[in-house]
Amino acid sequence: MARVVVDVMLKPEILDPQGKAVAAALPRLGFDGIAAVRQGKRFELDVEGEVTEERLAQIRGAAETLLSNPVIEDFTVRVEPA
Amino acid sequence: MPSRIGVVTFPGSLDDADARRAVGLAGAEPVALWHADADLHGVDAVVLPGGFSYGDYLRCGAIARFAPVMTPLVAAAKDGLPVLGICNGFQVLCESHLLPGALVRNDHRKFACVDQTLVIESTDTAWTSGYTTGQQIVVPLKNGEGGFVADDRTLDALEAEGRVVARYVGDNPNGSYRGIAGVANAAGNVVGLMPHPEHAVELLTGPTTDGLTFFTSVLNGLVGV
Amino acid sequence: MSESVADAAANPDREQPFRELGLKDDEYLRIREILGRRPTSSELAMYSVMWSEHCSYKSSKVHLRQFARTSAEGPAAASLLVGIGENAGVVDIGQGWAVTFKVESHNHPSYVEPYQGAATGVGGIVRDIISMGARPVAVMDPLRFGAPDHPDTRRVLPGVVAGIGGYGNCLGLPNIGGEVVFDPCYQGNPLVNALALGVLRHDGIHLASARGVGNLVVLYGAKTGGDGIGGASILASETFDDAHPTKRPAVQVGDPFMEKLLIECTLEVLHAGLVEGIQDLGAAGISCATSELASNGEGGMHVRLDAVPLRDATLTPEEILMSESQERMAAVVTPDKIDAFLAICAKWEVTADVIGEVTDTGRLVIEWHGEVIVDVPPRTVAHEGPVYERPYARPSWQDALQADDPSRLDRPESADDLRKTLLRMVSAPNLASKSWVTDQYDRYVLGNTVLAQPEDAGVVRVDDESGLGVALATDGNGRYTRLDPFAGAQLALSEAYRNVAVSGARPLAVTDCLNFGSPEDPDVMWQFVEACRGLTEACLTLQLPVTGGNVSFYNQTNSQTGSTPINPTPVVGVLGVIEDVHRRVPMGFASADEVVVLLGTTRDELGGSEWAHEVHGHLGGRPPAVDLAAEVALGRLMADAAAEGLVSAAHDVSDGGLAQTLVEMVLRHGIGASVSVADVAAEPFVALWSESVARAVVSVPAGRVATLETRASSYGVPCLRLGSTGGESLAVEGVLEVAIDELREAHTRTLPALFA
Repeated sequence: MARVVVDVMLKPEILDPQGKAVAAALPRLGFDGIAAVRQGKRFELDVEGEVTEERLAQIRGAAETLLSNPVIEDFTVRVEPA
Repeated sequence: MPSRIGVVTFPGSLDDADARRAVGLAGAEPVALWHADADLHGVDAVVLPGGFSYGDYLRCGAIARFAPVMTPLVAAAKDGLPVLGICNGFQVLCESHLLPGALVRNDHRKFACVDQTLVIESTDTAWTSGYTTGQQIVVPLKNGEGGFVADDRTLDALEAEGRVVARYVGDNPNGSYRGIAGVANAAGNVVGLMPHPEHAVELLTGPTTDGLTFFTSVLNGLVGV
Repeated sequence: MSESVADAAANPDREQPFRELGLKDDEYLRIREILGRRPTSSELAMYSVMWSEHCSYKSSKVHLRQFARTSAEGPAAASLLVGIGENAGVVDIGQGWAVTFKVESHNHPSYVEPYQGAATGVGGIVRDIISMGARPVAVMDPLRFGAPDHPDTRRVLPGVVAGIGGYGNCLGLPNIGGEVVFDPCYQGNPLVNALALGVLRHDGIHLASARGVGNLVVLYGAKTGGDGIGGASILASETFDDAHPTKRPAVQVGDPFMEKLLIECTLEVLHAGLVEGIQDLGAAGISCATSELASNGEGGMHVRLDAVPLRDATLTPEEILMSESQERMAAVVTPDKIDAFLAICAKWEVTADVIGEVTDTGRLVIEWHGEVIVDVPPRTVAHEGPVYERPYARPSWQDALQADDPSRLDRPESADDLRKTLLRMVSAPNLASKSWVTDQYDRYVLGNTVLAQPEDAGVVRVDDESGLGVALATDGNGRYTRLDPFAGAQLALSEAYRNVAVSGARPLAVTDCLNFGSPEDPDVMWQFVEACRGLTEACLTLQLPVTGGNVSFYNQTNSQTGSTPINPTPVVGVLGVIEDVHRRVPMGFASADEVVVLLGTTRDELGGSEWAHEVHGHLGGRPPAVDLAAEVALGRLMADAAAEGLVSAAHDVSDGGLAQTLVEMVLRHGIGASVSVADVAAEPFVALWSESVARAVVSVPAGRVATLETRASSYGVPCLRLGSTGGESLAVEGVLEVAIDELREAHTRTLPALFA
């Protein structure tokens, strides 16, 4: 079983109130020097059999139609090394 | 025969019974539509109600968008069927690309339930023709992810084309860009609104009866046809 | 492999970790006696959770029995369709309608993980309601937290509030009331109580029993995972090698979307007549559901535990039996209806599996992959657990506490001090506006909310056609109850009764959540015994049946000086019926030039008051005198006043006294008032901040005052004209005047400043 990871992030121009809250909390806890935080989602897809180019294309399709909303989000797809 | 207005129930829809009650009070026959039934049963208009379809997991409205009922609904909406999406229904319409933009978590990160003043900016839609432009109304607003966002070009276009249906008056309650509470498609038959007009149809249970005009507007339009 | 009954018989002397599971030596011996052998590890798991204080009520049972007297006869008995002892009592409200309601605690989980603890508290009480066959229609949350400015309160309160909102809002249930109270005694031990209300037709009642030999036991809803089974890991490590994951989370995680589907699915299978018996899975999960269903029915059940669908395949049978995974239900279904049942579950995308069948063997037998791991008489697990008569005694400090009367405290006298006191009191955390909390709850969903917080009672419409509705209020005062537990419990009831009556409804039934410290402390046990006695007596006087509720013991706060019990806090919920919700009476002044009238008698009663607490940090003396006859008279007057439309607004007088009542009535719609309190009491201070019971302020259209006065006199309710509504301020003649804007600022700033 191979694993494909899809990371979904809000587009840079979209406000991320959760990331903003985390960024504000960090210095309060003594974690200095962090300029900004954006919070995203990570999907782990366990794939049966080999991860072929065809299968990856299929997953990109899923990421575009369901896992992300292209109006506000970008995504990346990568194969996790075994 | 009274006009028939469908109200779709998705798993996790919550304000569907309220929307049906509002439809009835406006004088139409409410018709319950089931998400898994790819048939609109000949209704004259459709309301996508509020709630947390599929728990709002993934993104609000993202899973409901792929429900079987949405296939005929999207096709009919493109042909002019009046569709009103309230709150979660608005999110479904955005996810379905019937309306531009998207709805994200409130900027203050809390769920908020308040009686909200809105100004009606466009009366050129199927659902707002009974209001006057600039009219202020008070209806409940209750959501956790009600911040309307879109890129500047889209927002400019919406404003230029008169497709901003309603805007928040006073403090922006959820961080919506340009205070936008509701938008319409170019034809004006599809409207998405974050506040809840169906909760302002009886003085006994709502802050006002200002919301009823959404439902009477569409009825008057249907009778006129 | 898990331990079978045969293994247990073959190794009779094996040491078992019963103490780690919370069982006492004699309790363990009793299990051996019942079984005639040592228990298997799975049996030990079942007995240990079912015989816990939480599930067995072993310390409270002997005292709770007296609540049955409240529904033994008279109108109280007649209105009760299902009494105490079921998942929730069912009350007849007329026109073929019935309601069920219950309050429960989720205190300890909410301290550990505030969001999930509070969320699953809502989920649990809602499943109690659906398992009676009722549609849940509203929730309420009485909450108590530590000092408002303590850092841990800043962690707990926002989490609890977000959890209640996150779960309840997603379920689509309006939150119509409750309480938010602060007191340092709850530091490290918040009280998170949750109440749910359900509606059903008379013929729709369902009970938790497994009847009909051969009928199938279905488990449906969420899959079973390792939620809330910290304790079971002891057993797992006993029976498995070290490689087994023994760390399991003690926290349960809620899935409100699943619960919403469970509600719709359950109501549909019940409505279709597909169910013989039904039970929700809460504390003690499958252990509780199987043993209670069997015990209440034919007496036997055969379960295949390996048929339980799992979220985590590594769970052991002991863990599966103890798991507190949320959003699960068990139903008993006849074989000919099982397909229809499963089809409805499939429609709602709810997992459902047959896990066993009803037998008449008198035994609950549980198999795991073909081996019998449990073989017990179910009554001994579910109903015949240990019962304790815990020792109790009036605490040595009680007399000194009562002797420390608040009359020694400095009272404001000058106009300036009285004005300052008013502004301080309306902004005190306990009296300040709670909208920062309640605005995070959906109060509109379902479209039947007629009144919601900050109104005296939540009122919901039950029947669209006739306007039939119900009113609900919860109250409790830990300070009063510490000063006098007998009176304190009665005062909680008295206030909830008044809140329901003032909103125009006729009080009908009671539920209670009894939050106390450790029952092993004789002081605490005395408080509990007194409170139960007080509540029973008062319910008998008011002819209100106790329909159910919950006891939460071991609410203690720990500090360097040891473990201290919380103030004893019985929270009492009163349900009332209102024939036509259009006749409900809201709390706020609605128009100018009406007459403001005080109903009831004001005495110099400041023991345990909000003023003594807020201004002096003082707790001593006696609480206000209980006067149930006066409450009944006020209630009857208010029922007439509502039915005849004599008053346009009414608000009870309680915490913070008349001053607080007037401020809240003014702020509701921003309509001022000018009043005189000269005839209320000799001192303006007493008039404004005494907490005497059986009082309300009403706003009366000028033409109706004489009628109201006649009615009041016929019921023997003192009736005093205070002044009139109107203007931009609250003016107390010769005493003080504060502009509405200044009052509003003071009243609303506190909670956002603390928690935003």
